[in-house]
Amino acid sequence: MQLADSVFMFVATMLVWLMTPGIALFYGGMVRSKNVLSTAMHSYMPMAVISLLWVVIGYSLAFSPGNTFIGGLDWVGLKGVGFEPGPYSDTIPHSLFMLFQMTFAVLTVSIIAGGIAERMKFSAFLIFSILWSLFVYAPVAHWVWGGGWLHAIGTIDFAGGNVVHISSGVAGLVLAIMLGKRKESANSSPHNLPLTFLGASLIWFGWYGFNVGSALTLDEVAMNVFVNTVVAAAAGIIGWLVVENMINKKPTMLGAVSGALAGLVAITPACGFVTPSASIIIGLIGGALCFWAIFSLKSKLGYDDALDAFGLHGIGGTWGGVATGLFATTSVNAGGADGLFYGDASLLWKSLVAIIATYIFVAVVTFIIAKITSMFVPLRVNEEDESVGLDISLHGEKAYHESI
Amino acid sequence: MSEILTKIDIITRPINFEKFKAELAKIGVSGITVSDVKGTSLQKGYIETYRGVNRENSLHDRIKIEIVVCEVPVQDVVDVTRKFLSTGKPGDGKIFIYELANVVKISTGAEGYDALKDEK
Repeated sequence: MQLADSVFMFVATMLVWLMTPGIALFYGGMVRSKNVLSTAMHSYMPMAVISLLWVVIGYSLAFSPGNTFIGGLDWVGLKGVGFEPGPYSDTIPHSLFMLFQMTFAVLTVSIIAGGIAERMKFSAFLIFSILWSLFVYAPVAHWVWGGGWLHAIGTIDFAGGNVVHISSGVAGLVLAIMLGKRKESANSSPHNLPLTFLGASLIWFGWYGFNVGSALTLDEVAMNVFVNTVVAAAAGIIGWLVVENMINKKPTMLGAVSGALAGLVAITPACGFVTPSASIIIGLIGGALCFWAIFSLKSKLGYDDALDAFGLHGIGGTWGGVATGLFATTSVNAGGADGLFYGDASLLWKSLVAIIATYIFVAVVTFIIAKITSMFVPLRVNEEDESVGLDISLHGEKAYHESI
Repeated sequence: MSEILTKIDIITRPINFEKFKAELAKIGVSGITVSDVKGTSLQKGYIETYRGVNRENSLHDRIKIEIVVCEVPVQDVVDVTRKFLSTGKPGDGKIFIYELANVVKISTGAEGYDALKDEK
């Protein structure tokens, strides 16, 4: 074991931890003032529920040796997961790797909340998150990182484009369609964009831990990841704003922070395998593509993905997976692979297989889990509670008080 | 009670307010009540855009200034208002003038003009 790697991973873990409260603020600012607390709670509760679930069984299902589809029960209750390094890194404590991965599992569930804002029942979301983390997150994480079948066929996903972003985005979309539109979706404007700005900045900050930490050490690959993460986020802002300015004639602040996150989502699977110049292209297209998905695709198809969980994470993650298949090169990471632009088409096919398999699996299982949840408690609040606002009707509190 | 009490409501743009308040004080208006309001009239709506989705908003931000005068001529208030708050464009707002039945000062119980006077 090495102290330097351990300190690095300790910091990275704390950075990723910060992304979840960041998501709560990011989403909270985008809803109306009567729903800000309920929206923040949707994103915050995974910090309680999924953290505990992870140490009890989630980590074992995702990462312990099992079959090609899901991990085993060897590490249930953290049995054998202690200070001694585990199979995923020789240089850091196994318990530290487990905690780093815990922050990913928590964050993924909190992203889903963007699709269901302003109408899903708190209790229904809690039940749903527990089932989803067990039956969707754990298997998909196992497929890619725990030695499952996607790893076996040779797909590469550095920091979680499939596992975190496509899975949460698709889950948010399926729930948004099942819940139906918000009653006042046509005129629900963000109530506090400075809050969204603060949240987005915390998310970006945390992303350095998310991407760079996924190298598990601060080596040459990790430093390339750091550079790629910075430039993809920067390019994402430019990509979004250029297209937005062409269409709407005005560059918006919400567009700028959304573009940064679009660039970050897009670079996530590719960041350990591509060059900085490829990252700029991935970020630019990521920003432009996510704007298109939210501006055009959403209104054409008519679903109410309230805060664009799918528009940002689903679409951005899908592009990131495709881009990995195009731009990956073994010149920056010998442990990676060559993509289409470096002479090998097979990685692109493997990436497409991974993306399509993740879409289908996540959509089907999310649908089943939501149906099962709805047998115990209605997924959606009643009409009166929705018009009063979820803060008062579900939580009995208000975010803002005037003098009367 | 012989004096005539007049209530003046001014609904206008939230611009130039500090200057206007100072000018009202100069002509002898001692108390005003101001609130933020929203309104729509002849002026066209404006567009807000969130993540590419346009929303037309026809309710503009305005302020409502409430004044009660007795000694100060109503025409003076109207003149000052028009001089400092007119831009000449749609959306400048309106002045509403009413006769008032009575005014009661909560602390002393003074009524009518006495209730408006500054007692030092």
